[in-house]
Amino acid sequence: MSPHDEPTAQQLIESVREWMERDLLAGTPGRLHFHTRVAINVLAMVERELELGPQQAADHAARLAALGVTDDAALAAAIRSGEIVDDPDSAAAVRDAVLDSVRDKLRVANPKYLSDDPA
Amino acid sequence: MSDADLSAALSTALGGAPVSNLQRLSGGASRQTWSFSAGDRPLILQRQRGGDARDMTVEVDVLRAAHAGRVAVPAVIASWTGADAVDGPLGASFMILEHVDGETIARKILRDDTFAAARPRLTADCAVALARLHAIDPGTVPALADTDQVELYRAALDTFGRPHPAFELAFRWLQQNRPTPTRRSVVHGDFRLGNLMVGPDGLRAVLDWELAHVGDPLEDLGWLCVKAWRFGSGQPVAGVGSYDQLFDAYERESGTAVDADAVRWWEVLGTLKWGIMCIVQTQSHLSGAVRSHELAAIGRRVCENEYDLFLALEGRW
Repeated sequence: MSPHDEPTAQQLIESVREWMERDLLAGTPGRLHFHTRVAINVLAMVERELELGPQQAADHAARLAALGVTDDAALAAAIRSGEIVDDPDSAAAVRDAVLDSVRDKLRVANPKYLSDDPA
Repeated sequence: MSDADLSAALSTALGGAPVSNLQRLSGGASRQTWSFSAGDRPLILQRQRGGDARDMTVEVDVLRAAHAGRVAVPAVIASWTGADAVDGPLGASFMILEHVDGETIARKILRDDTFAAARPRLTADCAVALARLHAIDPGTVPALADTDQVELYRAALDTFGRPHPAFELAFRWLQQNRPTPTRRSVVHGDFRLGNLMVGPDGLRAVLDWELAHVGDPLEDLGWLCVKAWRFGSGQPVAGVGSYDQLFDAYERESGTAVDADAVRWWEVLGTLKWGIMCIVQTQSHLSGAVRSHELAAIGRRVCENEYDLFLALEGRW
């Protein structure tokens, strides 16, 4: 339970991003324009993470648990040693789990990248 | 060093030529770039301040070899590199290069009307430059590193990055499908839009030779096709051409057949490499070396490469 007043953290960031898009972008030339655009993208990314992050964290933990590992480091080590991917069924489960995590990362970092996702 | 002192030092380095119009173009932690005129001749200065003292020595050697091999590169007008450069006129390693007019910014090259006639010929121009580069006897540039590229980026990931399961799947595929190299050449190592000077008439100069090394020449072809270097365009080769156009033009100039599957393997390694480079770049922000929200944001581009690796490994380019 948050003790804070409105707006939420997400709404605060949104208000700054909207100001940057509306008033700042038009008046900045060249390199500063590019860096303003980067800043707007960063704020939009944080907004998406605040919205999607908690559910994604739960989903990610569930995917790792289903593979019998505790975190990404353990999964990476098991792929590197081959133990979790030498068996075809296990390899297919790893592939699906890792791809689902990558898709979740893109939904926060750059959702447009998934627009031609063949699924 | 003040601008006046630098102008005087440049004049000394060029045998007393009058130096004017000194302008700083960019400055990183280890290297600065300036433009200036000697008499009425426009030139470029690159001055190394930190890093490995050997870097620029190797770069000058490879630039001279490329120039002699008719690769489009800026001519080296003067240089003083290596450990004794601190005693030279600029107090550090430097090279003075011919100024080449044109554009390096990828989005402009891919979209501006100025380059409408350059785009259809750029793929063939790149193929010719690479074929000529790869024809150079690597023995003429003995200082070039000969490092296994898979091991190099394996070590970079292990040093700088958190473990990434998607990258491990890619490393595994790369190890299981590695092509046998048929040639050993001088490789540019970062041949892509951004490092190419392009005019309305096509490719004018290949720049940024810091990553040059000895290896399989197909590495340069694969890197040129990596999705990040298409800058949003649908065309696979630098955002302007098709694989067939690249391979045909390369085969015509080099007289050597291109193994398309081997180029694909290098493209997969290139995608993995750019993903790892995103991690390394964002670390330079996180470590405090260069504080920048642009570098911070690059860390969140890692997943684009992870996703592209899945598409690549499953044949869904």
